[in-house]
Amino acid sequence: MRRILVWTALAALMAGPLVACSSEGGQGEAQAPTGAGVDGVDDGSELTLWTRAPLELQAKALVDAYNKSHKNQVKLTIVPNDDYVAKVGAAAGSGDLPDLFAADIVYVPNWTEAGLFSDLTESIAKLPYADKINQGHLTAGTHEGKKYVLPFVLDLSVIFWNKALYKEAGLDPEKGPTTLDEFKQQALAVQNLKKADTYGTYFGGNCGGCNVFTWFPMVWASGEDVMDPEGKKSLLNGSASQKVYSTWRDLQTAGAIAPGSKDETGATWVAAFQEGKIGVMPYPATLLPTASKTVDVGVTGIPGVSGGQSTFVGGDGIGISKDAEKTQQAWNFMAWLMSEKAQVDVLAAGNSTVARTDLADNQYSAKDPRVATINKVAGLPTSKTPVAVNFQQAFNAPGSPWVTLLRNQVYGDASTLEKDNEAVTQVLGQ
Amino acid sequence: MSVASRISVTERSGLVSRPAAARKRKLTGWAYAAPTALFVLIFFVTPILLVGRMSVSDWGLFAGNRGLNAPENFTDVAEYRLFWPAVWFTVKYTLVTTVILLGLALLLALIVQESSRWTGFLRTSFLVPSALGLASASLLFYALYSPQSSPFGFLGVSFLGTPTAALWSTVALIVWRFAGFYMLLLLVGLQGISADVYEAARLDGAGRWQTFRYVTLPLLRSSIALCTILCVTGSMLAFDQFYLLTKGGPDNSTLTIVQLIYNFAFFGGNDLGRAAALSIMLLAALLIANVLQFRGLRGKEG
Repeated sequence: MRRILVWTALAALMAGPLVACSSEGGQGEAQAPTGAGVDGVDDGSELTLWTRAPLELQAKALVDAYNKSHKNQVKLTIVPNDDYVAKVGAAAGSGDLPDLFAADIVYVPNWTEAGLFSDLTESIAKLPYADKINQGHLTAGTHEGKKYVLPFVLDLSVIFWNKALYKEAGLDPEKGPTTLDEFKQQALAVQNLKKADTYGTYFGGNCGGCNVFTWFPMVWASGEDVMDPEGKKSLLNGSASQKVYSTWRDLQTAGAIAPGSKDETGATWVAAFQEGKIGVMPYPATLLPTASKTVDVGVTGIPGVSGGQSTFVGGDGIGISKDAEKTQQAWNFMAWLMSEKAQVDVLAAGNSTVARTDLADNQYSAKDPRVATINKVAGLPTSKTPVAVNFQQAFNAPGSPWVTLLRNQVYGDASTLEKDNEAVTQVLGQ
Repeated sequence: MSVASRISVTERSGLVSRPAAARKRKLTGWAYAAPTALFVLIFFVTPILLVGRMSVSDWGLFAGNRGLNAPENFTDVAEYRLFWPAVWFTVKYTLVTTVILLGLALLLALIVQESSRWTGFLRTSFLVPSALGLASASLLFYALYSPQSSPFGFLGVSFLGTPTAALWSTVALIVWRFAGFYMLLLLVGLQGISADVYEAARLDGAGRWQTFRYVTLPLLRSSIALCTILCVTGSMLAFDQFYLLTKGGPDNSTLTIVQLIYNFAFFGGNDLGRAAALSIMLLAALLIANVLQFRGLRGKEG
């Protein structure tokens, strides 16, 4: 059965590009999005939008708000996370991409290079607040000087700690770690409570994406970098990186990392903290509302070796696809997405991070200082979105050289760092 | 083939004398075969030809066909750092699963063969897991194995944490899921053996073991062969269980060939050309394995 499925799937993909070749001539008919001014066209067209499942909450809220206030109607399709690349790939081949689609920001460089998005350089330049839009996402969506992508939903990594456990352990419940050593000490303090089912910290020990998201900021906050600017060479053997690895290795040796982290593939890496079993760990900021339901959460930026703060500006960028015909209508959605109405009244109201620095202080962040903290960390110059064409293969894919590197550093033979780092570089440079 | 032989038989028997009638019969034969032939053409031959073409092309997931890239696709795959580990693991997994699964299925079939008070209950309970899809079963076992939800947490065992544990945990899932199915196949074979043979064996004074060794096993050979072929093919194409339970981890120790194909195509590689090349290599390996099994089987029967 499996064989037949694989063959048919491949066959379907094969047949796709053949069709696409014949219809390529039609692509020029779509009008340039700039033609209709800053706001695009709102004439009651139906637009299609794809996104992956982890962003369901924000995507639904945004689309509902847009549909209520506009003549254009956006039809949202949510695709399971692991199927998203395959689905986009198949649609790209057959020329069936939706008008608008979001992409994990770390895959955007690869997808812009493959020509999946329409050029939005002029349209973006016309936005009055163009220079206030999150730079990390804009940079990731720029290919050969042309801009293709705007931030859709930001997902940041920050340190979460459990205030109740901190109090029990004799730590200041209002003060999170400001250096890597403090992070280690605080995790050990919670571990030393020796409470049943309670541990100092947790991480995705078999998950490349989790530790890209949570460990890279530790390096950036220390003033170092993880890759060269072209995204072709790995710098994950630097002194700050080594301090990150040894911190986690020490915690592992001390038994302060919850069991299960060693084979955690990422499916449940946020669960233990939500259940109140974890003292302190780097965590996705988008889950603050969910975690707050069960735990009294403290929030701060991810610290570096000796101070500094940073975050991984992740999440999804959105662009108009190469196959879109209603580009001016699609731009209407994109322009609205960047407006105060969408950023504050929808995203900030739903406790998500805003994508414009001038809106970081708003009525909702004023209510919850933790949200203000998150917004502020997002705007720091040390907060980045790493850009590399082969990012997925080098870091996120199961069995990537990065997973090998980090597992050796925490669990295995730490002396293989140079060799493992070279393996990452090799994949990046392909 | 059957059409041709039927015609030759009728011609030899002299039932048809005029060539027109023969042609009509021939056409009718083709008409009978056409639907199947059409299905085979659309759903088997065409995809294989397309994959064949893909395997010699530089074919990106997003970029489409960018021209010829043979034999680089094949050499790249063979030189890929995880290729040989994946081949070795798939072979190891196939051997372990086939031996355990068929041994256990035969044992179960022998237990439930004779009717007793418990037979109905036993048969049902062995067969129930087969009603569950493999993906659902894997998810079920994921919950059983995950330290966060496992009821066996108190044992302090990491089910998926080490390469050996991950292999055996997956084998346990597969045995649980498929033992009932193969038991059923073997049961049909067992019940096809005439009671007379057993009676004759008993009259000749054969013991339990002798009956099993010299009567049951030889007469069950075709059923066992069928099960082996299904089991070997299924194991060489293993994907769902590892995709859900381990994603190939820990440390790439449970990466199967089909997972590697998937990774080449969709998970990081974005390269359909290399994925197709590996598919072709796997297809060739499967063909060889099946031919060998059929030949071995026929040799023994002869």
